[in-house]
Amino acid sequence: MTTAPTKTDTLLSVRDLVVEFGAKGQTPFRAVDGVSFDVRPGQTVGLVGESGCGKSVTSLAIMGLLPKRGNKVAGSALYDGTDLLTLDDREMRDRRGRDVAMIFQDPLSSLNPVVSIGVQVAEVLQRHRGMKKAAALAESRDLLDRVGIPDPTRRLKEYPHQLSGGMRQRALIAMALACKPRLLIADEPTTALDVTIQAQILNLLKELVIDSGTALIMITHDLGVVAGLCDEVNVLYGGRIVETASRHEIFATPRHPYTNGLLGSIPRLDGARSEQLAAIPGSVADNIPWTTGCAFAPRCSRAIEVCRTEPPVLEQDPAAMEEHALRCHNPWPIDEGTRGPA
Amino acid sequence: MNPLQRKKDRIDALAATAAGGGDIPDAGHVSESGGLSLIGSAWLRLRRNPVFLIGAAITVLFVLLAIFAPLIAPHNGTTKYLISQVTPDTPIPPSQKGFPLGGDDQGRDFLSRLILGSRQTLIVGVLATLAGLFGGLVLGTIAGSIGGWVDSVVMRIVDVMLSLPSLVLALAVATLFGRPSQWTLIIAISIVQVPIFARLLRGSMLTQRASDHVLAARALGVRPAAITFRHMLPNSLGPVLVQATLVLATAIIEAAALSFLGLGNPDDSSAEWGQMLGKAQDLFDISPHVAFWPAGCIVVVAFGFTLMGESLREALDPRNRR
Repeated sequence: MTTAPTKTDTLLSVRDLVVEFGAKGQTPFRAVDGVSFDVRPGQTVGLVGESGCGKSVTSLAIMGLLPKRGNKVAGSALYDGTDLLTLDDREMRDRRGRDVAMIFQDPLSSLNPVVSIGVQVAEVLQRHRGMKKAAALAESRDLLDRVGIPDPTRRLKEYPHQLSGGMRQRALIAMALACKPRLLIADEPTTALDVTIQAQILNLLKELVIDSGTALIMITHDLGVVAGLCDEVNVLYGGRIVETASRHEIFATPRHPYTNGLLGSIPRLDGARSEQLAAIPGSVADNIPWTTGCAFAPRCSRAIEVCRTEPPVLEQDPAAMEEHALRCHNPWPIDEGTRGPA
Repeated sequence: MNPLQRKKDRIDALAATAAGGGDIPDAGHVSESGGLSLIGSAWLRLRRNPVFLIGAAITVLFVLLAIFAPLIAPHNGTTKYLISQVTPDTPIPPSQKGFPLGGDDQGRDFLSRLILGSRQTLIVGVLATLAGLFGGLVLGTIAGSIGGWVDSVVMRIVDVMLSLPSLVLALAVATLFGRPSQWTLIIAISIVQVPIFARLLRGSMLTQRASDHVLAARALGVRPAAITFRHMLPNSLGPVLVQATLVLATAIIEAAALSFLGLGNPDDSSAEWGQMLGKAQDLFDISPHVAFWPAGCIVVVAFGFTLMGESLREALDPRNRR
């Protein structure tokens, strides 16, 4: 765990975030285990990993949206100098949607089915900018227009089930951006959409969020999304960051066997048809606890004796030219590391 | 499993199937007309459902009958036109010109009393259901939106209410007010309905509370009151409203049963079907028609409400969407 001093120009600084689930008396389950990362204004940071690696829980913890009972959150998340994790309910509520907003994976279920789109967008404006209903509706129209929804005046009166999947996600982005938050968390915003729509939504995020200077935390398992959007990438495994570097660095020289596995399991358009798709063997269920060794060791082709006895620490890769931290006893050598199976 | 637990399970199961307003699968059909709500599309399906149309026809007929009863009834319900024909040998005046169903045991026109009786029956049924619905909405909203220990306390109170048989409750309420009347009847029936509505609403509120759109609303900083009343309650009402149409039928039957047992309004100047049925028990072997007509009316009306409620439940059930 690196507890690096917070840089002065960071917008959000997450330090040693720990989230544990479990009822009293039971051994708690650590979903997030000491995650630290920084987001600078206007920067896009990726949190990458497979299901159950703790990426969504990290974002919910930052937003203060975890259920009140049955979990324990430790660490800090400094937003502009204020620790979001220590704010009380009311203060955090005032910040959500105004300073920090979030969009979710499934655009249909994230919209209230019995309230029209216009009222849902206007609700945010009325809540945080104290607008009257008529003014808020007019502003909502402009917002829908900005996110590229055609015929926004008509769409204002429509209900979520009448919109297509892409339009729903656009409407949710409009709601999230309504109060011009400085940080947007996108939790797999394109997973529930089909591929052509995915590209449109990613372009929209790029245009509206990144170009307007809003910082973005992009939670995804899709390295294609990472390649298209992110400035910095944090790869999570079993609740810990296992590799972190700039996008360029991580795609050029992935050192951690897990990152390599993720890259290797992307189907390639130029590969031979007979070629088998490389997969990482096993599943998250095979993990061993981080306290006894490397959680990825049981699935790792490069696992050596020390991996099962001593937990690796996250440290700067001495061979890297730029910032590139790694949590591995036996990383891939730089020259032959790319595209190898795990 | 004891009967109370079974009762609770049944209500919770109904809540679970009918709730879930949030996870309606995308039908993929985007309608051309703007502003079509869920209720609107449910109505489109209902309009083509013969079961609903029959139920609605019966219900509308019954309501119209109740509203215009004094205009439709050929005579008034209190004048003892045929009192001269009431003798120990013939306690019920037979059918005759001007009095197609004959008279009752006091010589009043039976048909007119049957028509006028629809009014009292509707009033008792609707008021009892509305009162029960209101109580259930308040308790269910409190339990479902606040949760935690409040939820536990409210639900235990509801469980106690659920364990009281309506008959015993009606007796208790009547005793409390000194004597049975139409109002004790309404209060007793509505109290019995409260736990059903409360449990149903709480169940679907809990489903809503865990839903994605409520999480999304919270992520935008929406206040708890708005979450409850704009995002949770409207999405939870479906099963409760369906239950209300079904309860309306039960309330009418229950009112009839309580009146039959003498726990209704003892003053019979304004006719009521259950009360008419109750009085018919002494005369049933001599003149079965005095029991047949009010009983038949109750059955038909209850049937109408049930058909309507069932088809409404089907129409609002997300899994039946095409």
